Amino acid sequence: MPIDPSLRSATISVLVENEPGILARVVGLFAGRGYNIDSLTVAPVEDGRNRSRINIVTSGTDMIIQQIKAQLDRLVPVHRVADLSTEGPHIAREMALIKVIGSGEQRIEALRLAEAFRARVVDATTGSFIFEMTGATEKLDAFLDLMRPLGLAEVSRTGVAAIARGVRII
Amino acid sequence: MSQTQTAPATAAQPEMQAELQSGSEVLLRALKEQGVEVIFGYPGGAVLPIYDAIFQQNAIRHILVRHEQAAVHAAEGYARSTGRVGCVLVTSGPGATNAVTGLVDALMDSIPLVCLTGQVATHLIGNDAFQEADTTGITRPATKHNYLVKRSEDLARVVHEAFYVARSGRPGPVVIDLPKDILINKAPYASAPVAPHRSYRPQTAPDMGQIGKAVAALKSAKRPIIYTGGGVINSGQGASDALIKFVRKTGFPITSTLMGLGAYPSNDTQFLGMLGMHGTYEANLAMHGCDVMLNIGARFDDRVTGRLNAFSPGSRKIHIDIDRSSINKNVAVEIPVVGDAGLSIEALLEAWDNEPRQVDTAALSTWWSQIEAWRGIDCLKYTQIQTKGGIIKPQYAVQRLYDITRESGRETFISTEVGQHQMWAAQYFRFDQPKRWMTSGGLGTMGYGLPAAMGVQVAHPAALCIDIAGEASILMNIQEMSTLAQYRLPVKVFILNNQYMGMVRQWQELLHGSRYSESYTEALPDFVKLAESFHGVGLRATSVDQLDDVIREMIASDRPVIADICVDQKENCFPMIPSGAAHNDMILGAEHAARAPGVTDAGMALV
Repeated sequence: MPIDPSLRSATISVLVENEPGILARVVGLFAGRGYNIDSLTVAPVEDGRNRSRINIVTSGTDMIIQQIKAQLDRLVPVHRVADLSTEGPHIAREMALIKVIGSGEQRIEALRLAEAFRARVVDATTGSFIFEMTGATEKLDAFLDLMRPLGLAEVSRTGVAAIARGVRII
Repeated sequence: MSQTQTAPATAAQPEMQAELQSGSEVLLRALKEQGVEVIFGYPGGAVLPIYDAIFQQNAIRHILVRHEQAAVHAAEGYARSTGRVGCVLVTSGPGATNAVTGLVDALMDSIPLVCLTGQVATHLIGNDAFQEADTTGITRPATKHNYLVKRSEDLARVVHEAFYVARSGRPGPVVIDLPKDILINKAPYASAPVAPHRSYRPQTAPDMGQIGKAVAALKSAKRPIIYTGGGVINSGQGASDALIKFVRKTGFPITSTLMGLGAYPSNDTQFLGMLGMHGTYEANLAMHGCDVMLNIGARFDDRVTGRLNAFSPGSRKIHIDIDRSSINKNVAVEIPVVGDAGLSIEALLEAWDNEPRQVDTAALSTWWSQIEAWRGIDCLKYTQIQTKGGIIKPQYAVQRLYDITRESGRETFISTEVGQHQMWAAQYFRFDQPKRWMTSGGLGTMGYGLPAAMGVQVAHPAALCIDIAGEASILMNIQEMSTLAQYRLPVKVFILNNQYMGMVRQWQELLHGSRYSESYTEALPDFVKLAESFHGVGLRATSVDQLDDVIREMIASDRPVIADICVDQKENCFPMIPSGAAHNDMILGAEHAARAPGVTDAGMALV
């Protein structure tokens, strides 16, 4: 697939009222207007204020990403929208549980690489490992690429959680 | 028995009982506090408690429609002609699904509505109960916002919030889904909150820095144009008054979208007529050739822009909109201004006087001569044969309707259905004031006009409310003739009858080799008898000599009237920018055949 140079990736954080249907509203907006969702996470934050944070990794031209922000911002239960990828430095992390099935040399190689990538072994049998790994999306992708020939059997990823660096808050 | 056990408990809390009313009573009280005077609705099992509460009060009037879609369009007509929030009440399941077309229509045209839908009792939700539908799920993309009330203590708050959301910022429809048990159970009342909403606080005051930039760009213009839309109407009478002042002060030409007609007086010399697919030659060429464009409350719809990459090339664009997401959606603009149209125009007026730079009057005068030359083409020209028995041109029918209603001096409101007749109404009926023109612009809903006119007539009992219709569209909500009869609403239905779905036929002629696939109606009703069967008056004009008498008789009647105006079947709606073409690529009508080759030259000369 040719890569359009005008497309960019964006990590958008949305602070919303934690109410029924809010996720459907956000997802429906993306589906209805044809925007991409590369990853989406949602969980309640800020105890006592009944708010959730949704982190969306999307891609599009700059005009489309501005449009996504504006569309999200006009939803009634949305408090704040921030495009972390353009508003200063930020940290984005995701977690993956990675099941590798194999034996012999391959099994030893998988364990050696996991140590190099600082993945934790959270479950082991004589024929399998489950690694837990947290990091930037690219780091997870790189590790999964290495595991593929070594018996990668199943992956469960959380999607990206992101936050601005320093004292800045959204 | 449980009755004997609960009785003492009730007696022990007399004060609590005095404060708590049924959910339905709380609902009506909240509606009343929100200023609701009329509800358009249709009963059913899930909303019987509300209908029972309506029966026992007199503050709110209920208009019983014949189809839920019509209830929503009627509320739209009511809202658009008054500037207030329209209110709808329908039952669960099919009541709610029938309302969906109206909700999307209101969403696309930014009309403030609150639609109350019944729902099965909370414990039945999700069980595929009788007349259950996932109303909040279905209406989520059809509304500005929606609510499902699951706790009695939320009811009053949700109703107040729904009205706030419907009318604030860019207005739109809001659904409140009401389970039957919530309507029956006791609920506490709460007044409308004074505190601002926790998350929805749309910006209405424009940024003065951006307004300053806009004025600087406008004053440096050599070929300026002002292009306004429904946002000016929605902002209220004050916005139209400020717009007139601003346009007169600048001396700039102004054009309007379909939705914005009436915000600026159509008969004024600075007004170029409507722009877009069936807009005037001068408006579209001025948009194409301008060097600075000021868009106030319009959204660069595809029916306005034509082909996007050929839309007004080379102009600096200023866009004022209350909805940030409307800016830079279709067309990239240099100077965005987020704010209410009225407040923004007032800010422009103030900044205009404070900006020392002077307008280049020589350039402006050259620009006006160019515009006058385009005007000279007289793109709306048509030929009406006046001899006895002459066939009526649809344009002439609208023209005469305009002339005769104007002579009558009556306050006149016009609604339309969708199609050729709608465009002829927009082209030939001239509006001098806002909120007099109701048409389905964004969604293009056939069947809109009759119920919309009904809602207008409810709000303005003494006014002349006319639905300019086509014979195909009118059949989509014809059942509302019965509502007109019940409430003695003297709405006039003025059908331009060409026996075709005219706009479909026109596109088939121009784009599909004149293969008129399914666009001819084989078995139309006799509209005169149809009107009579619905207790109204039926009139017909088949030739030009009968037209004026029919219009006069229609206007004079104090009953609902259907006037069946048999018009030229072959007439097409021109000028026209074919879909996917640029503004300077207009097709003019047969009257202009000789000049047609010059069209592109004139446009090309500008860019």
